[in-house]
Amino acid sequence: MLKDEDRIFKNLYNDLGWDIESSTKRGDWVDTKDIISKGKEWIIKEVKDSELRGRGGAGFPTGLKLSFAPKEVGTRPHYLVINADESEPGTCKDRDILRFEPQKLIEGCLIASYAISSHTCYIYIRGEYFREGQRLQEAINQAYEKNYIGKNACNSGWDLDIHIHYGAGAYICGEETALLESIEGNKGQPRLKPPFPALVGLYGCPTIVNNVETIAVLPTILKRGSKWFASLGKPKNTGTKIFCISGNVNNPCNVEEEMGIPLKDLIQKHAGGVEGGWNNLQAVIPGGSSMPLLPKSICETITMDFDSLIKVKSGLGTAGVVVINKNQDIIKCMARIAKFYKHESCGQCTPCREGCGWMWRMLERMAAGDSTYKEIDLLYDVTKQIEGHTICAFGEGSAWPVQGLLRHFRKDIEKRSHEEPLIKKKLDIPYLIDQHLLEKDNA
Amino acid sequence: MSEKKISKIQPELFEFTKENLLKAEKEIKKYPKERKASAVLALLYLVQNQNDNWIPLSAIKYVGELLKMPYIKVYEVTTFYSMFNLSPVGKYFVQVCTTTPCMIRGANKIVNLCKKYISNNQKELSKNKLCSWTEVECLGACVNAPMMQINDDYFEDLNENETKEIIEKLLKDEFPKPGSARNRKNNAPENGKTTLLEVKNA
Repeated sequence: MLKDEDRIFKNLYNDLGWDIESSTKRGDWVDTKDIISKGKEWIIKEVKDSELRGRGGAGFPTGLKLSFAPKEVGTRPHYLVINADESEPGTCKDRDILRFEPQKLIEGCLIASYAISSHTCYIYIRGEYFREGQRLQEAINQAYEKNYIGKNACNSGWDLDIHIHYGAGAYICGEETALLESIEGNKGQPRLKPPFPALVGLYGCPTIVNNVETIAVLPTILKRGSKWFASLGKPKNTGTKIFCISGNVNNPCNVEEEMGIPLKDLIQKHAGGVEGGWNNLQAVIPGGSSMPLLPKSICETITMDFDSLIKVKSGLGTAGVVVINKNQDIIKCMARIAKFYKHESCGQCTPCREGCGWMWRMLERMAAGDSTYKEIDLLYDVTKQIEGHTICAFGEGSAWPVQGLLRHFRKDIEKRSHEEPLIKKKLDIPYLIDQHLLEKDNA
Repeated sequence: MSEKKISKIQPELFEFTKENLLKAEKEIKKYPKERKASAVLALLYLVQNQNDNWIPLSAIKYVGELLKMPYIKVYEVTTFYSMFNLSPVGKYFVQVCTTTPCMIRGANKIVNLCKKYISNNQKELSKNKLCSWTEVECLGACVNAPMMQINDDYFEDLNENETKEIIEKLLKDEFPKPGSARNRKNNAPENGKTTLLEVKNA
């Protein structure tokens, strides 16, 4: 198990106080000026050497991303945008950073802004996190008072302004280009890539978008050295990560652990075990709802890092671990996730807009035991037609969990299915059409 | 995409109060001068605050004029984002998270209580017009499931009895104490921490 001294977020449970005085005692804003004086190349090289991968879900190498920003500022200013639009079901890590470790994030913003030559940073917080946003604003004000940010921040000669921008309840705004559209005051619909935001982003200017956790770990990496960070975890999957363990466990919690920790340890040691004992485990969603679930047999041995999970056709995603025990109806659980995606699809690409609704209705039918055997293959076909045929990764995110269900729990669906389609019985079947169109007020 | 019902009763005029106008100007200043439209979400929140949790059509027009945006563009934004209400939802708007992590831990019980005590349908005002409720997608507090949001505050680690108490208070026009219903400390494991046992502000 990771030693407490190697944990980055020491105030994860708010035992020590979130205010600037307490967090400076924990080491925030110490030596920030020295780090900046070492130069942009040094910072980016250190981040590259630490092999830090983005904590927002895709696991893109952060050092590489920072290096994509143009070296010289041309006629257009550069922007740093922090993605705090945390909406992935099963994930609640960024919320704790915003509430209890805001100074780590702000310090990270200063360092990252300097590295990409930006003087303005926007933090995009989901609208529901109103209280967390207020807390962050207080923390930003405190940092301004101490001149840690603002004009000549930390006496480093660099100017930085940080603004908070609230979202308004759209999951899709967590996608980086949709987030930029949302800041510009439009509907949050993703843009076509290329051009990538690093060259044409917010207001058409070079923009780097990063997750809260990624930016918040930067100061500690630079202070303790890339070697220290790279020594934790596994090669190419280094460092620590906040895991959120929810669902059917005895003690749901957030915990910071080393990358590559066995999933079983995470559940048994930190979350107090599965409700009803380990043998009562049915499946685990390892990385937020977009990642395919894993059956118990895989959960016995799997380790929690990007590459190991890809090998079993899943992914680490945001590390939101949702544990499902045998008391739950697994098909119903996945049908609810499909409903989430149906609700959150932005409506831009047809395969996703229409397909998410189809998947949801078919899964509801399967959960109710009204489906035919043929429909199982049809459902798989639908997921394959969404995946890879949309502008953003939402298509994959909605199709993968259904594919995971079909891969590991096909037998359970078959048990409830029939030969004869229900339509022959001529019953009134509400889920065969869009429910909301039935209501006259919506028509 | 969110389904929106536009209220049939609409006030003819909407204007910010002086205080809110100042706040709006402050929001607009966050963005580059020629990018006023960026403040549209912030201004719509201000509208919602001033107007009992909902946005009338006249306010959409007003915000459009303020930000030099076409009416239809503000309308588009208002209908796209699920947190904007286009019809009255009452002084206390209860949003129950029912996505899988909460569902597994019994969110449907909380939905049933809302149906029983507030109103039978979602987004329908209670008898005393104070409250309404709706199911929402993941609110990002999965470790504290099941949970709900009332106006700006999170109510976490709920069970049936506590939810009933909270709703009863709301119907009496009192705002209950937000946070964990079991007085659990934030996101730490309940039966004793497993990490960060001896950390101090050194």
